Amino acid sequence: MNYLLAFLFGGLVCAAGQVVLDKSKLTQADLMVILVVVGSLLSALGLYKPLVDTFGAGASVPVSNFGHVLTQGVMEGYAKDGFFGVFAGGVTKAAAVLGAAILFGFTAGLLFRPKG
Amino acid sequence: MLRERESPQAKRYARLVEQEKPRVDVGGNVLKAFVVGGTICLIGEVIKTYLMSFGLSGEVAGVWTSIALVFLSALLTGLGIYDEIARFGGAGSAIPITGFSNSVVAPAMEFRSEGAILGLAARMFVIAGPVIVYGLVSATVFGLIRSVLF
Repeated sequence: MNYLLAFLFGGLVCAAGQVVLDKSKLTQADLMVILVVVGSLLSALGLYKPLVDTFGAGASVPVSNFGHVLTQGVMEGYAKDGFFGVFAGGVTKAAAVLGAAILFGFTAGLLFRPKG
Repeated sequence: MLRERESPQAKRYARLVEQEKPRVDVGGNVLKAFVVGGTICLIGEVIKTYLMSFGLSGEVAGVWTSIALVFLSALLTGLGIYDEIARFGGAGSAIPITGFSNSVVAPAMEFRSEGAILGLAARMFVIAGPVIVYGLVSATVFGLIRSVLF
């Protein structure tokens, strides 16, 4: 059941994104930025966590989750360390994934040649 | 953004372009995005469930899942396979975190020929940079409003 929910919700987010791409002049980069901002807004409103609780990876794999993680980091940081936490909290919470993207990206850039 | 000139010729030309433009098969694209995006999320759920079977908490397993997907996407991008998935899946391959990873790895490979610093390293962030900037700014604004006011 969890697998089905993850597939359906993740698929729906992507299908909605494809409709936006086909019906507008937005690029994929625009779409990713919009989703991150929407994820951040939903997170601050307390609406993103229920999505993750219900749909699992269906909500935590789309890039909107990045906005959610950053926002939770800011809010937890503020609760714990005040304004210092506002500056540190977001990146702290997203650090593992950012680190992985930079390290794997750098390594792949060294190891692989583009095709064609 | 280029602003179109509003002369009659320009309008006629715009109409002509509109007529001759290949029709986008919207329904097909949306279905493909649904299947590809859903499948990537399903793979994420499988990885997360597997990790949690070792006693990891949901949150820690979720972060490891993201790292695993970033790794898999970097590998598939390096091998030229993610490009094929992206051609088919459109938004379905861009929106999951694998698309974020792809947006880091692909320019790193492509612009390595322009140097290790302003080529490979700088271009890694051509899409990831805006995502990080707008993500952090909106997280700070929305998170702070929520934290301070409510």
